[in-house]
Amino acid sequence: MMMHIDVSSVLRQTLSCELYSNLVTRPTGAAVRTQIEALLADALERTLTVIDFSHVGMIDFSCADEVVAKLLLRYVAAEREDLEAYFLFRGVTDDHWDAIETVLERHGLALVLETSDGARIVGMVNEGERQAWEKVYELGRTVASELASALGSATVDAARMLDALHRRRLLMRLGDGYIAVGGLAHSRG
Amino acid sequence: MTSVITIPPSLDDHTFEQVVEQLAAVPADAKLLVDARHTRWASPYGLTALLALGQTRDERPILAAPDNEETASYWARTGFFRHADELYDLQGSVPKARGGESTVLLEITAVTKSEDVHDVVGRIQQKAQQILSKELNIDAKATVGFAMTLSEVCQNIVEHAGRGGWVGVQTYTWRKRLANRRVVVIAVCDAGCGFRQSLESAPGRVRGDRWDDAAALEEAVIRGVSRFRDPGRGQGLAGVRRYVGRWDGKVSVRSGTAKIAIVPSWDDDVPLLEKLAPFPGSQVQVTIPERVAGGPR
Repeated sequence: MMMHIDVSSVLRQTLSCELYSNLVTRPTGAAVRTQIEALLADALERTLTVIDFSHVGMIDFSCADEVVAKLLLRYVAAEREDLEAYFLFRGVTDDHWDAIETVLERHGLALVLETSDGARIVGMVNEGERQAWEKVYELGRTVASELASALGSATVDAARMLDALHRRRLLMRLGDGYIAVGGLAHSRG
Repeated sequence: MTSVITIPPSLDDHTFEQVVEQLAAVPADAKLLVDARHTRWASPYGLTALLALGQTRDERPILAAPDNEETASYWARTGFFRHADELYDLQGSVPKARGGESTVLLEITAVTKSEDVHDVVGRIQQKAQQILSKELNIDAKATVGFAMTLSEVCQNIVEHAGRGGWVGVQTYTWRKRLANRRVVVIAVCDAGCGFRQSLESAPGRVRGDRWDDAAALEEAVIRGVSRFRDPGRGQGLAGVRRYVGRWDGKVSVRSGTAKIAIVPSWDDDVPLLEKLAPFPGSQVQVTIPERVAGGPR
């Protein structure tokens, strides 16, 4: 199942005001996240949700902590068994990035950003994780032996890396293979 | 008997200390006359701090407005008298506010709730972009960081002060310390509970050997400690410090009997002042100077 959440629309519904396009203040962030969580409550066992910032003017640190970090902490870092939730962040510009990068660092989180030329992982990832994720993104659906061959590593290490990236919800598991979040359209192309 | 507090001719974050020192000798319930008749200039900090002073009094104080027409007119244009009228009995000539003052980036605005912060940020964005890039020679991209900084310092009132405060933003030319460079200044003042009391309200908090207003400011401003246990808290002031550092700016926070400052090379302020005369709440000032060739980007 795939969902699309326009954060700006959620913001306007939350504040009941058409005038505000900025994600500022912690109470606003908490209210927006609560709305997003309500939408996710109807989600199936496995869901990829596009969190779309395209129409958000700016976001401050407090709001980024509530909307981005706490959302990820709840659905991704918590490794929930009942819901396999994946997030792809769209429309994140330099105007949003300072605040989002800060909260990702603070909580040791990473996420996948959709960019004009594809997708990339950002936040707290080490070089090995980044290389592995980019290779899976490039290859499309990947099993451990394929990643090991591509990276020149042992299959057991590749399997461990795939599992770790899946636990961080940066890769989706499909049967015995994995696909990068944000890589569905890419791999089909 | 009425106690008289004399406002200095030039009222800013430094000279406001003279006001606080006079105030320290006056009981909270004493009748007060705040005499600004001879004041000729005031920074946004001076004006918002004067409002905070009015907030501290049990009995409604009197404020004698500046005699100088130009000064009084400027105070009116900043919106000062509109707010002061709710706190003080105003004496002297108080002109009506008229628009058109370009150096007032944001009129003095009351901040009590989250919606006020939305309003402040929404109002400043367009004008800030124009001023930062055209007057201060700062990349237009810095506008977002400026709005974020404004948002975070205003949120401190909403989240921690326990009562309302005021924000004002203004640009002006700094003749002494910055050799005629332009600066943009954000001032946010309240007379709420202050940093020490806010941190003391943290559940299960254990006090160290040294615990006073200065220690509280160091914890909050330097180490990003918050009264909330949530690990995501305390990022606001850290973000403000980062933004200010990037643009060679200055941030100072006064609370209780102490004042802490992140001091850039162009300023000679003291990083930590202790044992000041007591004044409730928090008073924050952020200064971003005009960028000169070869300065930080």
